[in-house]
Amino acid sequence: MPAFRTAAGRALGIRARSLVGRLTHPLLPHDYLGLLNPLWGRELRGRVVRVVPETDAAATLVIQPGRGWTDSYTAGQYVGIGVQVGGRFHWRSYSLTSTPVHDDGLISVTVKALPEGFLSGHLVNGLEPGTVLRLAAPQGEFVLPEPPPAKILFFTAGSGLTPVMSMLRTLQRRGAFPDVVLVHSAPAAKDVLFREELHALAARCPGFRLHEQLTDEAGMLSPDDLPRVCPDWAERETWTCGPAPMLDAAERAWQAAGIADRLHLERFSVDLSGAGGEGGTVTFRSSGKTVEADGATTLLQAAESVGVQLPFGCRMGICQSCVVPLAEGSTRDLRSGLASVAGDRVQTCISAAAGDCVFDL
Amino acid sequence: MAISDIKAYAHLTPEDVEALGRELDALRSEIEQSRGPDDSAYIRRVIAAQRTLEAAGRVTLFASLFPPAWFLGTGLLGLSKIIENMEIGHNVIHGQWDWMNDPEIHSSTWEWDLAATSASWKHSHNVVHHTWTNIVGKDRDVGYGLLRVTRDYKWKPKNLAQPAIYAVLALLFEYGIAFHDIDVSAVKKGKKTKERAAEQMREMWGKIRKQVAKDYVAFPLLTGPAALSTLTANFSANVIRNLWSNAVIFCGHFPDGAEKFTLEEYERETPAEWYLRQMLGSANFHGGKVMSFMTGHLNYQIEHHLFPDLPSNRYPEIGVRVREICTRYGIPYTTGPFLVQYGQTLRTMLKLSLPDAVLVRTSDDAPETASEKKWELRAVA
Repeated sequence: MPAFRTAAGRALGIRARSLVGRLTHPLLPHDYLGLLNPLWGRELRGRVVRVVPETDAAATLVIQPGRGWTDSYTAGQYVGIGVQVGGRFHWRSYSLTSTPVHDDGLISVTVKALPEGFLSGHLVNGLEPGTVLRLAAPQGEFVLPEPPPAKILFFTAGSGLTPVMSMLRTLQRRGAFPDVVLVHSAPAAKDVLFREELHALAARCPGFRLHEQLTDEAGMLSPDDLPRVCPDWAERETWTCGPAPMLDAAERAWQAAGIADRLHLERFSVDLSGAGGEGGTVTFRSSGKTVEADGATTLLQAAESVGVQLPFGCRMGICQSCVVPLAEGSTRDLRSGLASVAGDRVQTCISAAAGDCVFDL
Repeated sequence: MAISDIKAYAHLTPEDVEALGRELDALRSEIEQSRGPDDSAYIRRVIAAQRTLEAAGRVTLFASLFPPAWFLGTGLLGLSKIIENMEIGHNVIHGQWDWMNDPEIHSSTWEWDLAATSASWKHSHNVVHHTWTNIVGKDRDVGYGLLRVTRDYKWKPKNLAQPAIYAVLALLFEYGIAFHDIDVSAVKKGKKTKERAAEQMREMWGKIRKQVAKDYVAFPLLTGPAALSTLTANFSANVIRNLWSNAVIFCGHFPDGAEKFTLEEYERETPAEWYLRQMLGSANFHGGKVMSFMTGHLNYQIEHHLFPDLPSNRYPEIGVRVREICTRYGIPYTTGPFLVQYGQTLRTMLKLSLPDAVLVRTSDDAPETASEKKWELRAVA
């Protein structure tokens, strides 16, 4: 009865850990184990195994996840990555490009260095193998159903290819490849991520057709051009990911054709580090309250104005009683002007909304 | 009575005080901008070293039947507890390292090796003490509701027992801190519900139970035949930490020159005057790198009260700047050798255990408290 043995073993493990936890109180045993190996620490971490250049401006980070990683992610999901730069952890989300049916236990993300992207530039050019990163559990709804539909269209541009790449790799490893068309745009051949792999897949796999749109020469591809490159586009279940204007156009086209339910979208998160406008809509999700706050109103005042009781203490930024995690959006510290983004913990008594933001409070 | 007009006391014009505030804001922002990888490497190094020290102490105590091992293990464990409470816990809970955005070293998640929960400490210390620093009747750290540390408090017969009360408090300081936030007097005055106090009691006992189970049951039992000597070693380590942290903390606001204030002063205070109150109400003591480290940099009490959430390892350089500012504005910068400062604290507690009738000075011009009337009184004299 292997199942029983496993369950009993697990129960024993939990018991042992709680006994050891009595000795390490108020810390966890993992706070001490983390001294021996950072991957054994309290929070989920990963170690960069290698950095593989993909194009001039993009690289794939191959990461060994540490204790607590779930292997059960789904192709198309993204993962949060926290990297220490200048002593501070910065978080961004990237689509996983690895496949969950891979057996070496490694995961990968492919990052494109954006011209203004401070963190993406660091990830592509400044990361040494061996670096320890923080990881947040994989999430996202941009995934293939199980089993996958018989006819699929992937409509992507630039680094919007990354979640689709994980899907393609997963389909390929499963062996049963459905009828798949990939319509992908990039400025030039040198900018196409995974180009060799895609061409090799198209040559080898009869179910897979690739339309590569090199926009510097051939111009942009709009949804109106789809009937030309993929005549049966409207019959296909479609996953699309790319720049916002392209996604907006796709949404309109699928709606016009009356098949909006066949379109699955993944929008890149806005680059919050450049958020210029101050003030915004503050949402307190658990309380179900929303308030418009200008750039001079603290989040604490905003919350109280709609009857949301946040923890607070000194109300002058010294006691840390009011620190809460920011779920979405961006805020600004009114004293230092420093921005905080989703995942950060903010002092609500001295911070204001910098654009729309959401708290799970 | 304590200071009601801080500008008059410091001989500063409103413009001077506002200029002082701007300089301190600029200093704060300069340090904030320059926090970087060296600072984060520092706190990580300290945490790793402290955990290693603690593990070494616990392991050594397996041989605690052998007296040299008992002394070594007790010393290592006491040292580790002091570092854990002072340079790490106190400062992390203040949010000094929140800028690293590291959930493992963050004020909202940190719990320390002390009877008091960090949540209760955040309230009693970060809120009550740091906001209302030295406001008589508001800052409960002015005597902790147990001691008469300023003649702004009326003498009561129970104050005669003060030396004994202080000795017990110092030995059991961690339990004093844990109990402090429950604030029984607020319940008596109807400012806090009995239910809330009962809830706080439950939280406190929950933490104390775990702390006691660890130091006085689990680790002693684990060392088998050495159980009893491990227990005495752990008890001694906790007492060492209690005595030391108590001495350091009592040097922050009780030596001569750390002024007390009235509620009136607080109610009309500007942010710049808040800075000034922190400077006049706090006292430093001398110390090099080792002393600063072992006190959690609380020998820079003035700097800590001005900027409680800036990283402690930066207080020495902030201190140089603050001292220069004080000289320029003619503001006293109270400091002295540790033994002198602690001596003054003990002397004040001894002296104030006696009724006012046998004291010479008044609360307008005494070593441990004064007011703006001090200047008039002296001019008349």
